[in-house]
Amino acid sequence: MSTSLARGWETVIGLETHAQLSTRSKIFSSASTAFGAPPNTQASVIDLALPGVLPVLNRGAVERAIRFGLAIGAKISPRSIFARKNYFYPDLPKNYQISQYEIPVVQGGTVAIRVGETEKVVNLTRAHLEEDAGKSLHEDFQGMSGIDLNRAGTPLLEIVSEPELRSSAEAVAYAKTLHALVRWIGICDGNMQEGSFRCDANVSVRRIGDPKLGTRCEIKNLNSFRFLERAIEYEIARQIDLIEDGGHVVQETRLYDPDRDETRPMRSKEDAQDYRYFPDPDLLPLEIQPAWIEEVKRAMPELPQAMRERFVTQYGLTPYDAATLTASREMADYFEAMVATLPKEPKLCANWLMGEVSARLNREDVELEAAPVKPQSLAGLLARIADGTLSGKMAREVFDAMWAGEGEADAIIEARGLRQISDAGAIEKIIDEVLAANPKSVEEFRAGKEKAFNALVGQAMKATKGKANPAQVNEILKKKLAGG
Amino acid sequence: MALTLDDVARIAHLARIEITDEEARRTLSQLNDIFALIEKMQAVDTSGVEPMAHPLGGAQRLRADEATEVIDRAAALRNAPAQQDGLFLVPKVIE
Amino acid sequence: MTAHLVSLAELSRQLQSKQVSAVELAQAYLARIEAHRDLNAFLDVRPEVTLAQARAADARIAAGGAHPLTGVPIAHKDIFVTKDFFSTASSRMLEGYMSPFDATVVRNLGEAGMVTLGKLNCDEFAMGSSNENSAYGNVLNPWDKGAVPGGSSGGSSAVVAARIAPVATATDTGGSIREPAAFTGVTGTKPTYGRPSRWGMIAFASSLDTAGLMTNSAEDAALVLGPMVGFDPKDSTSVDRPGEDFTRDLAKPVKGLRIGVPKEFFGAGLQPDVEAAVRAALEEYRRLGATLVDISLPSAELGIPVYYVVAPAECSSNLSRFDGVRYGHRARTYGDLNDMIAKSRAEGLGAEPKRRILIGTYVLSHGYYDAYYIQAQKVRRLIAEEFRRAFEQCDLIAGPVTTSVAFGFGEKAADPVAMYMSDLYTIPGSLAGIPSMSIPCGFGAKGRPVGLQLMANYFEEAKMLGAAHQYQLATDWHTRIPEGFR
Repeated sequence: MSTSLARGWETVIGLETHAQLSTRSKIFSSASTAFGAPPNTQASVIDLALPGVLPVLNRGAVERAIRFGLAIGAKISPRSIFARKNYFYPDLPKNYQISQYEIPVVQGGTVAIRVGETEKVVNLTRAHLEEDAGKSLHEDFQGMSGIDLNRAGTPLLEIVSEPELRSSAEAVAYAKTLHALVRWIGICDGNMQEGSFRCDANVSVRRIGDPKLGTRCEIKNLNSFRFLERAIEYEIARQIDLIEDGGHVVQETRLYDPDRDETRPMRSKEDAQDYRYFPDPDLLPLEIQPAWIEEVKRAMPELPQAMRERFVTQYGLTPYDAATLTASREMADYFEAMVATLPKEPKLCANWLMGEVSARLNREDVELEAAPVKPQSLAGLLARIADGTLSGKMAREVFDAMWAGEGEADAIIEARGLRQISDAGAIEKIIDEVLAANPKSVEEFRAGKEKAFNALVGQAMKATKGKANPAQVNEILKKKLAGG
Repeated sequence: MALTLDDVARIAHLARIEITDEEARRTLSQLNDIFALIEKMQAVDTSGVEPMAHPLGGAQRLRADEATEVIDRAAALRNAPAQQDGLFLVPKVIE
Repeated sequence: MTAHLVSLAELSRQLQSKQVSAVELAQAYLARIEAHRDLNAFLDVRPEVTLAQARAADARIAAGGAHPLTGVPIAHKDIFVTKDFFSTASSRMLEGYMSPFDATVVRNLGEAGMVTLGKLNCDEFAMGSSNENSAYGNVLNPWDKGAVPGGSSGGSSAVVAARIAPVATATDTGGSIREPAAFTGVTGTKPTYGRPSRWGMIAFASSLDTAGLMTNSAEDAALVLGPMVGFDPKDSTSVDRPGEDFTRDLAKPVKGLRIGVPKEFFGAGLQPDVEAAVRAALEEYRRLGATLVDISLPSAELGIPVYYVVAPAECSSNLSRFDGVRYGHRARTYGDLNDMIAKSRAEGLGAEPKRRILIGTYVLSHGYYDAYYIQAQKVRRLIAEEFRRAFEQCDLIAGPVTTSVAFGFGEKAADPVAMYMSDLYTIPGSLAGIPSMSIPCGFGAKGRPVGLQLMANYFEEAKMLGAAHQYQLATDWHTRIPEGFR
């Protein structure tokens, strides 16, 4: 972003995102949508486009489109039309894709994104229902490709943004926000490795101040945020170089090659495309009654934006922490479950979840849902910090034990005798012994060596096997040394 | 308005039908006869008329989201011109 | 055995009373099929399948409570897919294709106990008016083997005319039931669009394709239509209506019935022999007490241009699936993937489907869509509206089915436009989606049959069949059997 701006160019990006909807069955057939089955074992006669088959629309796919429309404040079209997009490709069994063209089910809407501290509202053009294609497998079958149609007919919601994104960072932030949102409202599992969520990026550049849009290229099938970022960066640089060298950008479809970190033209899209869209005569207009929209609305979860604002006002969290905690539904649910158990310590809960727990999940590459420590248990541990039973250091030890499956915090504290010594009398007695046993350190401290103080604290902690409340040790030791 | 040989070549390519020059020439004259017939319709004033996509109108019926289909892969592959390991084989697909 | 000379009601009575067994009946018809192979009407006959179904039918009759049609033989147009017979749509593309499922129409009739005699030749993908477009050769007209049997359901019309099947399924997109019925002197019935399921019907033009029947009488049609049609959740355009008894108006006299006669159906193109037979039939209705009402369908003549935009557009897309990837013909030699598909389609599809695919591709292509496709859909509505207004003035509409009697082989084959004009009078009803039928009403030039077309408002099949039956009670055209098939 910064480099292109520095070179006097502005980038214009629009994203088309394909989210596979988490229905049990396909959009036009009753075959299962489960991922990873042996080839062609989940392709019904409809998905295979055998002679004589006809499509019937899945209510679950429409319901998910409505949910998405409500989540982004869009218009849910009371009447929308399925159209055929005609083009030949071997993983498209009918050689047309059933999609929506002139009248999509979701129209307009907005998504708020954050890049660093800056918030930006991105307008959406539309979101429409369509069917996914199958897959071509390029392993060598005597020089041929293999066609697996298990994925054919999986419902997709194609979400189209306005060309309002101005950098790869904004594009990634938008894609991440959308990714979190579709998972949040439960319409897509968001599994990018399996292709459940993938983006096409339309990228163009223009001189800063130029009101006219440049010629765009579409980069297809970006299935990770990193590839999205790298592909856009490469494409921006390529287009600027091309124009600065006196050339011009050709409108085309390109693919990103992660191994070479570059984009190149898609050979299968070299022809000028003429999709011959027309309303699918096998399907009637989709009509969505207001009552259905109301029903879906009532079942909608609280949305991340609303929850973020509530976290600030209700729990006194910073906007940054609130944003982090609402980055995913799992995170937010975990946090709220902790706070439900420990209502007086929302900040302590937030700090531990964003700190210790997140670090641990990252290190072990585990999803929050799979974390061995449940929110109620973690809140049980934090309660012992709050009431002074545990020091932070001791709490981390207990947390480790809980993570390893040793049980609830109190049981571990009991079993390991980890109760913190906070009795002033007991600590005073220990410090007296430490001072008596270390006259040299006392002398050094009095001679101005600050380090000697830390050595004395260390000795006191050692004598209590780390159980003494460190704040109290500090305080009492300071008093003793000052008092002589 | 008459079609040209280029039009015939373009639509034959879009429709993925190989066509020889001789066939293209014959097709061109037939298509032009047919389009002359069709042109009668184009003069009709249809302002304000809603296009009729279906004879009966009505709204799309929705199917419950249930994965009830039992797949018989052997039956599906039975008519395949080329297959291996449960896959339909085609000449190399180029992206 | 003279089973082929009796009505379905009589056949049913003989089966139910065990005067004849389903196996005997099937054997008799299989023998007639074998004896008349020169008609080239059947594409697949499998006596072992037919006889197994007949044995099952006999068992059902023996067990009691069997459907009245149990054991009655039927042949299916090879546009319906079937598990037990090849399903080719008369195309080289689908040579040897075996469907893993039965079309709903086939299944429904099978569940009613009907016994399948085999699959019938037709124009390739139901595109044609003479059956000359089949990849498997011409079907001959039993009345005159030098004449076409009509199309696209030429096999269906020929076998019923020749009494080598008592009833046959057929499909009508622009006239493919009524025109061949007229050319062969049988009763051809096209119900309301959406009434019969399209599941398992190899699609030509989805918004027009309608399954129907070829029978020897309106009464036979009324008996078979009931179990054949009905709501099918597998077809989004299937109409959800309760089942009907289509025989309910058969006994109703036509006295007082208002029959609309559209002046546009008696224009310059109508041959005098056909006009004379149709006028005589209208006169017969008047004699029976019906009132003839002059009506006008001014947009009907636009039917052909509208049809030759809408049907090819839908067909160009429907036939895209025939690419030689998952099933169907694959070229023996080819270069890359695109070449394989283009060559397979060039070799596997015949001239008429290719021509219509090209027309359809053109009218849908960028820049032409509004001028052709949208305009055609608008004019289609004008035509449907005219029918709606006409049915405010009359109960049924009657007129000719075709401009001429059956033409000879090769007479129109080289001129697509002349061939397309064959459907001048049948296309308007197809575009509107209303029920219509052809009943035999005499003979014209060279002793070839003439058909009378009856059209009814949406879902008024029973009224239409009743009026047809009343005519057939008063006349005997429908009982005439061509020489050599008695």
